[in-house]
Amino acid sequence: MRFTPPRARRHVALLLVVGATVTGCTKVPTNGPLAESNGGGDGPIKVGLVTKTESNPFFVKLRDSARAQAKKQGGELIALSGKFDGDNDGQVAAIENLVQQGVKGILITPSNSGGVIGALKKAQEQGIVVIALDSETDPKDAVSATYATDNTAAGRVLGKYVKASMGKTSPQLVTMDLDPSSAVGKQRRSGFLAGMGLSAKSPAVIGAALTQGDQSKAQQQMENLLQRVGTKVNVVYNINEPAARGAYQALKDKGLTDKVTIGAIDGSCSGVKDVKSGKFAATVMQFPKTMAQQGVSAVIKYAKEGETPKGFVDTGAQLITDKPLPGMSSKDSAWGLKNCWG
Amino acid sequence: MTSTTAGSAGRTNWRDLFARRPVLGPAAALVAAIVVFSLSTDTFASIPNFSLILQQTVVIATLALGQTLVILTAGIDLANGATLVLGTLLMTQLVTGGLNGVLALVVGLAGCVGVATLSGLLVTSLRLPPFIVTLGMLTIVTAVGALYSGGTTTSVPDGILRWMGTTRYLFGRYPFTVGMIVAGLLFLLVWIMLVKTAWGRHVYAVGDAPEAARLTGIAVNRVLLSVYALAGLIYGIGAWLALGRTPTADPNAYQTANLDSITAVVIGGTSLFGGRGSVWGTVVGALIVAVLRSGLTALGIDGNYQNLATGALVILAVAFDQATRRVKS
Repeated sequence: MRFTPPRARRHVALLLVVGATVTGCTKVPTNGPLAESNGGGDGPIKVGLVTKTESNPFFVKLRDSARAQAKKQGGELIALSGKFDGDNDGQVAAIENLVQQGVKGILITPSNSGGVIGALKKAQEQGIVVIALDSETDPKDAVSATYATDNTAAGRVLGKYVKASMGKTSPQLVTMDLDPSSAVGKQRRSGFLAGMGLSAKSPAVIGAALTQGDQSKAQQQMENLLQRVGTKVNVVYNINEPAARGAYQALKDKGLTDKVTIGAIDGSCSGVKDVKSGKFAATVMQFPKTMAQQGVSAVIKYAKEGETPKGFVDTGAQLITDKPLPGMSSKDSAWGLKNCWG
Repeated sequence: MTSTTAGSAGRTNWRDLFARRPVLGPAAALVAAIVVFSLSTDTFASIPNFSLILQQTVVIATLALGQTLVILTAGIDLANGATLVLGTLLMTQLVTGGLNGVLALVVGLAGCVGVATLSGLLVTSLRLPPFIVTLGMLTIVTAVGALYSGGTTTSVPDGILRWMGTTRYLFGRYPFTVGMIVAGLLFLLVWIMLVKTAWGRHVYAVGDAPEAARLTGIAVNRVLLSVYALAGLIYGIGAWLALGRTPTADPNAYQTANLDSITAVVIGGTSLFGGRGSVWGTVVGALIVAVLRSGLTALGIDGNYQNLATGALVILAVAFDQATRRVKS
């Protein structure tokens, strides 16, 4: 079909005009182009949220819970994010744009706190309260408060459970880790080893792999490790459930799943299902909903009463297993499916 | 945007104008976006916000400037973001290790020039498609960066490496950064090279019809090499700009910058087939993306929808470009 340029151009122009009309709700401007922006005075209290990425189910849960909480308390949530884990530039732009919108507080899950601290400081200088969710900043006092999982404790509870469930068997452990630079990865791993009663240098640790928390990478790494360590392995620690699924698949291909105890951390709905079906012995659930609710409430309280939240607030880590052990607090997979995320 | 003149003659004139000056379409879209956001929100139209938008554009626009040169020769550079990251790692680690700041900058710039020149050499000497060469180079450079940094992020020490991020005030109240000025001058310089020198004409000729260019006596391979080397130098300056904007050297940063820079180039009306396009189109393209992000945030629209809008805009821009380019049969 022959393309007739003038008409096509008119279509494009029409689309642009329609697009402009749809996005613009043509309010009368109250600020001239030279006015300093103050983000508008009245209206609902604006709360900004900056996550690492848009689409990771954990951040989707965080965003949805924050939005619901803001609505409940008469506020309004503006949610932005970086493009990928490590997108400091994108997070900085998001922070700047939120400041420009006159938010009263910013909740952030920092990709890499060093990259965003300068932008956060500028926000604080404008009287905006800044709260970290899910990951701490370095230094910790770059934000007023942090609502997050105590990752060391989450690792420790998993380690203790796995050790108790193995009884007298001496562990031959493989760890599926995150990447060398991640604080969360280090905290969960050292917590797990402490819970198992092992040191990082213990000969019981027969292999370790960097998975970036990615299922296919974890599967490859476990396949390669099994080539090297043979079938000695009887415990696998995993930084998260996708890594655990990858490890499980590699073990299944070798017919080893019956003799290996698999433990994970995260508490996503698919992870809880894997506990229910018996693929994993246990997982440890995090509570993004709690992080978001407490963060939003703190911002609204700050906006209304001027009270700044302070310190590190542990939002909890719950052991989920269908094989409870005496002396260890745990919930079953049915409870897990009611409270999971993603 | 549409012609008010009835009859085909009027329309043809419009089309010729857009075809001769491909920057006009994107520029009109940019102005329209600014007007719409200024009218529909209280917070968009302010000097501090316009300054912010420029600051947010500087790094990607600079990468897109190098990308424009490569695309003008009918090539593409998928490794430019990774090259920039390697530059930031080199500069920062060397200064942290005790090297003088200026020397570290020179080494970082040289590293970026080296990477891009290597791509250029592979393209010209082995006759490999630029897409393949720079795809491989992206993987190699990312790995080199990860090995060199040990996967860890380094904070940028105070001093010359942070200079691009220094804020100054015009008339004591309107903020701008040194990086904005440097990037502006860089664009001006490259524009002059492209439109006022024989080298610039050769770049367009090589991109438009390499065989014809060779027959008229242009040293095609030498022009291509010079384009890749200059692009590398521009990525190196981009690395310096990036350190001023986010004062960390992070091996995981700028993973999508290669595609972001191509987005800016394409929205700006530069043809992926080579030989047609402009530096100012690229500036406009990069600005449109940042204006959309800022304006849609001002309207309270979330990130996912902002990405939808940007994607749609790329396709619209090329559709518009094609519509104005068709030669009458």
